[in-house]
Amino acid sequence: MKNGWSPYLGGFLTGVLLIASVLVTQHLLGKPHYLGTSTAYVRVAGLIEKATSPESLNLAYYQKYVPKVDWKVMLVFVGVPLGALIAALKNGEFQNRLVPTRWRESFGPNPALRALAAFIGGFLIVYGARLAGGCPSGHGLSGMSQLSLSGFITVAGFFIGGIPLALILYRRRR
Amino acid sequence: MELLLGLITGIIWGYIFQRARILRFEKHIGLLTLKDLTILKFLLTGVIVGAVGVNLLAHFGLVTYAIKPTHVLANLLGGVIYGLGWAILGYCPGTTGGALAEGTYDGFFGILGGLVGAAVFAHTYDFWAAKVLPVGDLGKVTFPALLHAPTVPVALIFAGMLIVFCLVLERFGL
Repeated sequence: MKNGWSPYLGGFLTGVLLIASVLVTQHLLGKPHYLGTSTAYVRVAGLIEKATSPESLNLAYYQKYVPKVDWKVMLVFVGVPLGALIAALKNGEFQNRLVPTRWRESFGPNPALRALAAFIGGFLIVYGARLAGGCPSGHGLSGMSQLSLSGFITVAGFFIGGIPLALILYRRRR
Repeated sequence: MELLLGLITGIIWGYIFQRARILRFEKHIGLLTLKDLTILKFLLTGVIVGAVGVNLLAHFGLVTYAIKPTHVLANLLGGVIYGLGWAILGYCPGTTGGALAEGTYDGFFGILGGLVGAAVFAHTYDFWAAKVLPVGDLGKVTFPALLHAPTVPVALIFAGMLIVFCLVLERFGL
């Protein structure tokens, strides 16, 4: 935890990455690709459904977001993990834990409880992000950068939902 | 080319996420319990750089926007559902894979939950599309359009306000 970067440096570089990505994709792919992540889950979920229950592909949502490996799937499911792994290994910070320390302080070391909670939390963030139309990257970073009203409303929602529940859940320390 | 660009962008982003501690459960819960604002500083700095860069590039015709439409109720409700999941999971859709790659294995269950959430959303999309998306459907609106003001000055003023906000945070040691 000692030798990390300031969040301001990380945020600055992310802003530069957003601009560079939009500029490069606009000119090489003909369409700007703003950073965003939650639609990648829809593409991959669709690919799984395509293999297991092909009739699901008639759903309007899969017509809108056709299941395929695209820019975002590579970004979210291959690129980010790879970059994070390189950074963690290079700096000797690989964690090797299933239950995060702060979770353990409130809920104990039970790995099954943490796995179940992570599953439920993962379900809710992607379900909510798809209803809202984006996540902290798509609505937060990219949306607010474009001064889009939807980004500000959605980000407000993230905190309206998240802060009270977190204050309740993590109030107690063992 | 599209896939390669997604991969490269992801690797860089994942590297930044890991170095700036954005993958850590403790940082997300720290933000939602108002104890550690690392994630907020990271996001806001990204938005400061992004807002100035994207709007200037668009002004000179070098990039186009990709504005997400505003559906007031869906944005807010989806945002709140996201927030509840965020408080439980402690990662976001873009960072869960990175957290897993950093050796925090509960991320795996978060991704699993996310994929199920995406599939369930695809199967329930018609309900939301009929009942909720039409409420407060304002289309692709931005603050400059709402204010009837030119985009670049609005972007610069917005970025300036965020810079002041960050300076205040640092001034008070938050």
